[in-house]
Amino acid sequence: MDITEVPQKQFKGKKKNNKMQRKKSTPNQENGNVSDVEVVETKPVTTQEPMLPPTFSLSEIKNKQRRHQMFMKLKQEKRKQKMQVKKTRKKERDALGDKAPPKEVPKTIENQRVYDETTVDPDDEEVAFDEGTDEFSSYFNRLTNPKVLITTSDRPRGRTVRFCEQLATVIPDAHVYYRRGLALKRVIPQCVARGFTYLMVINEDRKVPNGLVLCHLPDGPTAHFKVSSVRLRKEMKRRGKEPTEHTPEVILNNFSTRLGHGIGRMFAALFPHDPQFVGRQVATFHNQRDFVFFRFHRYIFKNEKRVGIQELGPRFTLKLRSLQKGTFDSKFGEYEWVLKRHEVDACRRKFVL
Amino acid sequence: MGEKSRLCRVWVGSETGILKGVSPAKKQAFNFSETRSLSRDQEVRVLCWGDPAETEVLVGSVNGTVRTFSTEKGVFTETRQCGDADQGVFTGLAVADCGLVTCVETGRLRVWREESSSPVVDIDAGKSVCRMRQNASQKNRVATGGKENGLKIWDLERPDTPVFSAKNLRDDWLDLRQPEWLRDAAFLPDSDKIVTCTGHHQVRVYDPSTPQRRPVLEVRYGEYPLTCLSLAAGAQSVVVGNTHGSLAVLDLRKGLVRGCLKGLAGGVRGLQCHPTLPLVASCGLDRFLRIHSLETRALEHKVYLKSRLNCLLLASGALGEEVGGEVEEVKEEEDEVWQSMEQVEEKSKRKAPEEDDEEVTQVTNRKKKGHK
Repeated sequence: MDITEVPQKQFKGKKKNNKMQRKKSTPNQENGNVSDVEVVETKPVTTQEPMLPPTFSLSEIKNKQRRHQMFMKLKQEKRKQKMQVKKTRKKERDALGDKAPPKEVPKTIENQRVYDETTVDPDDEEVAFDEGTDEFSSYFNRLTNPKVLITTSDRPRGRTVRFCEQLATVIPDAHVYYRRGLALKRVIPQCVARGFTYLMVINEDRKVPNGLVLCHLPDGPTAHFKVSSVRLRKEMKRRGKEPTEHTPEVILNNFSTRLGHGIGRMFAALFPHDPQFVGRQVATFHNQRDFVFFRFHRYIFKNEKRVGIQELGPRFTLKLRSLQKGTFDSKFGEYEWVLKRHEVDACRRKFVL
Repeated sequence: MGEKSRLCRVWVGSETGILKGVSPAKKQAFNFSETRSLSRDQEVRVLCWGDPAETEVLVGSVNGTVRTFSTEKGVFTETRQCGDADQGVFTGLAVADCGLVTCVETGRLRVWREESSSPVVDIDAGKSVCRMRQNASQKNRVATGGKENGLKIWDLERPDTPVFSAKNLRDDWLDLRQPEWLRDAAFLPDSDKIVTCTGHHQVRVYDPSTPQRRPVLEVRYGEYPLTCLSLAAGAQSVVVGNTHGSLAVLDLRKGLVRGCLKGLAGGVRGLQCHPTLPLVASCGLDRFLRIHSLETRALEHKVYLKSRLNCLLLASGALGEEVGGEVEEVKEEEDEVWQSMEQVEEKSKRKAPEEDDEEVTQVTNRKKKGHK
């Protein structure tokens, strides 16, 4: 009876299930064949057999228990097949030894990235000129030394205050000031007059730091980041001793596009030029899928091949919200890049940094 | 160089001082400056056509020089000094019958003849002028305006007083003065009207032909300063861009938003609509030149030009030579078809309404008779 009913149901099948049916088509056919064999035993071969639908989905079985049973069977079979394939592959590899073909690289959304035409070519004269004469050029030409002012939004609470203090230990020549309810537009001229090159404002929401405004002085640009997953030193496992006062080395990873270059230069200009290698400390800004991960490590060369690292903290993640030309002016400033979440197309393999 | 420059239909001035030519049909972009002799004080601020045939592009730089670029030869042919760099950067450049019209940020509106090195006309248009625009039909009329400096229309032949100066809006309900900040202006063709956009996200239409000196229409768009505007072909709508990189088409009859053009990532610096086709080109701080269709509002072309872009100039005529040729051919074919059809249609058309009219008249006659 089952078998005779199935084809009718198939025609009634809902359109919603179409995709599912197609996906499952291959293993189901096998199942169908198995059941066919059973039928053949009971019934002589009928003309109905070619009527059997090419796609048959388990979800069409009405009996719940039977459906469940069949589904478990299917799953087990699939798993078995997978394991077998794996085994045979491994055997082949072992047999071939060194001649084995290289392993396939798994597909990730980073290595499947859509090509960005703004990717910077290091030989490009125009970009080189643009970067050579931009706002950071005085730092990269070694004319200025960075001096950073760190402040917060009004009335910071415990975590944000500690985060600021720890940031100040990471960045040399950083000064933490209490905001005192001052407007940023009034703070900036005072900072310029006192020779600061950066203003860093950490925003707080419900006692959690969630935003960072990084403003290069005296004439911009200003970047606005979202801050997430902040981990302070105390919350870190297996952390090293307190960092020393040596200027750290800086690693910038994966800032490849024109916008990314600008952001990378911005981070680089936070730290003084010549790192003191005696301190063996590294600050890393690692960009992956437009998220910038910050880590602070101490390293040691154990022998010629092996290096040990020890995280010193804090760690946090940044995501660029906007880049504005000029010093902080959210109302009348001109934006060089703004994250427009609802306008950009939904391609997940496109990255801006 | 000449071959390249003849291909280009869009000219873009960049912050690094490079004049760029783009051919959207062939998807090519060229730099027309030597990359070795670049400097920041050559930054291009304004572009305009030097002659009506569009064979010369005038390039106004930050250091006060106006260079002439020949699109036929593909080289800079002439350089002249129009004011000093310390008088502020150029905010407007135009060619009138009486000579070359320049305007700088400090408000000096000047006219230069070819022979003399000193200006023929020198007008003080007030402080911090943001933009100077020329009336396309009356070449000797220009409009200026800026921050706390209302719209003024000048006749270059009578430089003593402005032809029209706008009045600020009335104080608001708290008796506070309304801030003024004109960012861009455009003359509506075939009328005295002028449309402006402000840094306080308003678009205003002024009508100098009436005694009213305040705007006759005000539209607000978005919440960020509008930087530039351009009249669409047909002059019924205007395209405005703001510092956040949103472009919108506004209708000038009722002051409603017709639609937004998507795809921009950074603030708009230059915007121009094609004089005949429904196309709008925009460039800005995100270093892309984008061409949108005004009919479908879809992005047609997108070109990465490596530097921040300040201003742009669209050639009239089709965007690409090849495309243009095809279009013309199609038109000709269509014309032939229409020509062959005309005779038949005219007769039928003429006959049909006449008959109708007769019937109608008969009916009315009858009715009248009935009434009588």
